[in-house]
Amino acid sequence: MNPTLLRELVPAVIGVLVRRGADFASAEDAVQEAVIRALETWPDDSSSRSSGADPVRDPKGWLIAASWRRFVDGKRAEESRRGREVEVAAEPPPGPAPAADDTLRLYFLCAHPSLAPASAVALTLRAVGGLTTRQIAAAYLVPEATMAQRISRAKRRIAGESFDRSGDPATVLRVLYLVFNEGYGGDVDLAAEAIRLTRQLVALTDDPEVAGLLALMLLHHARRAARTDADGRLIPLAEQDRGRWDTGLIAEGVEILQTALARDRLGEYQAQAAIAALHADAPTAAETDWPQIVEWYDELLRLTESPVVRLNRAVAVGEADGARAGLAALEDVDPGLPRYAAASAYLHERAGEHARAADLYAEAAHTAMSVPERDHLTRRAARLRHLCS
Amino acid sequence: MKYLLLKHYRGGPEPVVDYGTIDSWSPDEVDAHMRYMSDFAEKLQSTGEFVDAQALSPEGTFVRYDGEGRPPVTDGPFAETKDLVAGWMVIDVDSYDRALELAGELSAAPGPNGEPIHEWLELRPFMSGRAESVE
Repeated sequence: MNPTLLRELVPAVIGVLVRRGADFASAEDAVQEAVIRALETWPDDSSSRSSGADPVRDPKGWLIAASWRRFVDGKRAEESRRGREVEVAAEPPPGPAPAADDTLRLYFLCAHPSLAPASAVALTLRAVGGLTTRQIAAAYLVPEATMAQRISRAKRRIAGESFDRSGDPATVLRVLYLVFNEGYGGDVDLAAEAIRLTRQLVALTDDPEVAGLLALMLLHHARRAARTDADGRLIPLAEQDRGRWDTGLIAEGVEILQTALARDRLGEYQAQAAIAALHADAPTAAETDWPQIVEWYDELLRLTESPVVRLNRAVAVGEADGARAGLAALEDVDPGLPRYAAASAYLHERAGEHARAADLYAEAAHTAMSVPERDHLTRRAARLRHLCS
Repeated sequence: MKYLLLKHYRGGPEPVVDYGTIDSWSPDEVDAHMRYMSDFAEKLQSTGEFVDAQALSPEGTFVRYDGEGRPPVTDGPFAETKDLVAGWMVIDVDSYDRALELAGELSAAPGPNGEPIHEWLELRPFMSGRAESVE
């Protein structure tokens, strides 16, 4: 049994249970337990028919039956603890047919704006992604018990929310983007998982920003193999071996982006994807169309007014119009931003001020947020100091 | 984002309350202090913010390489080391403000007469290990 195929069934099965009258929190727990059971037993026990459905010929039927049984067992245990009548029928009521967009509703519910980002991410990965608590905990390097509590609390927080209300796609996109940026963790490739979930969302919605995010992810993912060397060292874009970029992913990302842009409803993810596409389009770093990239940054700045965009724009201006122009653009940026020193170091290096650049790289390494980034900046500082001495 | 809450036996700013050493407290005061600490860790587990907590023995040894084929050289323990780490707690929270809030709460653990000891705790962010692109 392919675990991914199993995971893909999870949101629909949660939807079935909810349509049969289960509350979301219990339904989600029941499906999670059934998934864990399936992962344990399916590979070498395909003849198991204890629940009536054959897991190999009808995995969805099996998962619905197993989940519903667990839900009923859980309710009975709860009711007997409270000394009340069991109200749940062992045989599922016919109930309304599951709606086709139950999965979409789940995306909205799990990314509910009342949830903190880390909780929304965890809940999305479990209820929409079908991952187990253990896998999510390993990916985020926290104990399984902590992750289990985070998910239960998140579910309690949204307990009063209607399953049928749709929400703001922007909150869902933020959650998926966070998952994508987490990259590898444990035995789960979160970037690939984010792409899978975004692809699925594209199929369920009609929003060019969803497509824009998918294009952005594909274009970034296409460069993943070239982004680090065999020792895990970061390789900046300009120095990457472009032969290692995944041309299939790039082609797909560009096509999705062009279709989205043609609908003339620009948003920040489409603009970011456009920048990524211009990089992907350049046969060599020297042939990058920097003036057009600056234009996209201007667009992005209009859309978001984000200080981080302003910082990245200054670096792009440095490439398009020379390091001096980049440094001038940097004067409009808040020096307190993360990576300000790194951007400033880079522009000073391009301007030929190596000693100043080395100092700034060292400062940037000191305030770096990640180990690979710190090591990269430290090497830059050391190399320039060596050149100066 | 993950933070380390570092507890020192010695080192850091001057204590604002002279609470003596814990062995000079009454058994009930010691119990109350310990209970506060374990309740705090338990609460963090239930909020989904707990990662790890460990205590360190005060007695440590310095070790270093001493050349090919030679055993490592050791030094210490030093009774008068200026900075002595007592233990840590690792938390995974949504913001720096939340980390500050929790550190402040942990620092309010009771000491003599059940009064908060206002202990200085060191708060340090973790660096992420993931290779975010610097493109």
